Amino acid sequence: MSTISTTDRTTDPDMDTGAPVNTGHLLRARRERMLSWVMPITLLVIAICLWEFLVWYNQVPKYLIPAPSLIAETLVRDFASLMASSWFTVRLTFLSLALAIVGGVLLGALFALSRPVELSLFPFAVILQVTPVVAIAPLILIYVDSTFAALLICAWIVAFFPILTNTVIGLRSADHNLRDLFAMYRASPWQRLRYLLVPSALPYFMAALRVAGGLALIGAVVAEFVAGTAGQHTGLASRIIESSFRSEIPRMFAALLLVSALGIVIFLLTSWVSHRVLGHWHESEIRREH
Amino acid sequence: MTGAPIIVLDRVSKNFGDVRAVEELSLTINEGEFITFLGPSGCGKSTALKMIAGLMPLTAGTITISAPTSDAEHDLGFVFQEPTLMPWASVFDNVYLPLRLADIGLGEATPRVREALREVGLTRFAEAYPRELSGGMKMRVSIARALVTRPRILLMDEPFAALDEMTRSKLNDDLVKLSDDHGLTVVFVTHSVFESVYLSTRVIVMAARPGRLVADTPLAAPWPRKEEYRTSLEFSTEARRISETLKGTLDVDDIDH
Repeated sequence: MSTISTTDRTTDPDMDTGAPVNTGHLLRARRERMLSWVMPITLLVIAICLWEFLVWYNQVPKYLIPAPSLIAETLVRDFASLMASSWFTVRLTFLSLALAIVGGVLLGALFALSRPVELSLFPFAVILQVTPVVAIAPLILIYVDSTFAALLICAWIVAFFPILTNTVIGLRSADHNLRDLFAMYRASPWQRLRYLLVPSALPYFMAALRVAGGLALIGAVVAEFVAGTAGQHTGLASRIIESSFRSEIPRMFAALLLVSALGIVIFLLTSWVSHRVLGHWHESEIRREH
Repeated sequence: MTGAPIIVLDRVSKNFGDVRAVEELSLTINEGEFITFLGPSGCGKSTALKMIAGLMPLTAGTITISAPTSDAEHDLGFVFQEPTLMPWASVFDNVYLPLRLADIGLGEATPRVREALREVGLTRFAEAYPRELSGGMKMRVSIARALVTRPRILLMDEPFAALDEMTRSKLNDDLVKLSDDHGLTVVFVTHSVFESVYLSTRVIVMAARPGRLVADTPLAAPWPRKEEYRTSLEFSTEARRISETLKGTLDVDDIDH
């Protein structure tokens, strides 16, 4: 068998393996990584302290702006009921996101495979997307018996569209030379889907997942506001409305805090998934050394 | 050195709408030849190559590739102008792709992939990702991928056009060695007169609008080429001869436009 001489590797510019590790550079990178956590946390603590101080100093009544300490106290006091509501919202959000992923990917794949199907069904998807969910929600609540199912449909409508459009674009974005290569090696439709189309679509899908994660939560909260349900089996949005009616402002803030926390968790989770999937190859997830 | 006809193009034409990209191209390529399609942009050389690869339908004419005699899973290897690697897959997985598509398991494929990587000098980079490689190294991966199925015919579409001169020379030398060792029939598309004279046993000069064969020039220099050939008088003479032919096609082109 033939072999290209590798003894010339040191002189071959395209065989260069790179410079030796620079410890100063590594230390600087580590410091930057730490700062990216320390700075925002410090600023957040300062802001909370300032808030607490200003409320105390100006004697602001708790029904206008409660102090952070009072919000924390409310969180502890109403922990059981707030956690039950949080669990409801979490279930609603993640279930609608999961259904949006399943529906968006399946329909997106169908659109990418068949132009006539796309042309026929895409207008319906657009109508669903451009009509504000607050306008559709009352109708859904009338037609669907189960409140949870109605809320789920509302949240799904909001989260579904970005997954659908990005899946279609992603599946069509495969490099044309790679498509030729797969054709030349007589790849089966399944092989083409698995080894070319799906990996090519992943960056687009991941971008959609981040957007859809946030939208699922917005959809869930908005739908609950419209439903305006009260009682034990309701989510954080209902707690907010209920507290607003009763002028329990600290409780309102506590529920709002939990909604924000859920949003942050969703963002971190989708970012983590995206990094795990794309981190080793895609430009959007690669950290460059400067 | 060369054997029986392996690729026969008979009055092959290709139209893109009203534009005639290739006009009645007839050519016989023999086993073991290193053929270069040389010509200006728009002369249809890449189109001709893609038609040979079966990647583009013919408007008229026929292309016949003789039946394979070896145990190759795939008769043709193709190297594109860009490395055309899957960025999400490691070097190993990129080279493994043609075997994977032929349903060859990892156990059987691994030694062959390793061998292909060894041949292009990338043994240590099997686990690397394309983004970690230089332009020349990516092109080596692309060549390894084309060779891993042990094809008889290697089709190359301006593979080194985007590389710097030093890397290009090195890859030219490596390609000569690989094609000689494997007894490959190579069809190579290039813009460069020097590259065509250094690499090929026959240069097909093409002209544009419509794309057509202008000259079929065999080169007599001994094969495989040695590095000294680049600085020899014979090389300069051949390069001048091919340049003159090419210049003739450009003159016609200039008069037309």
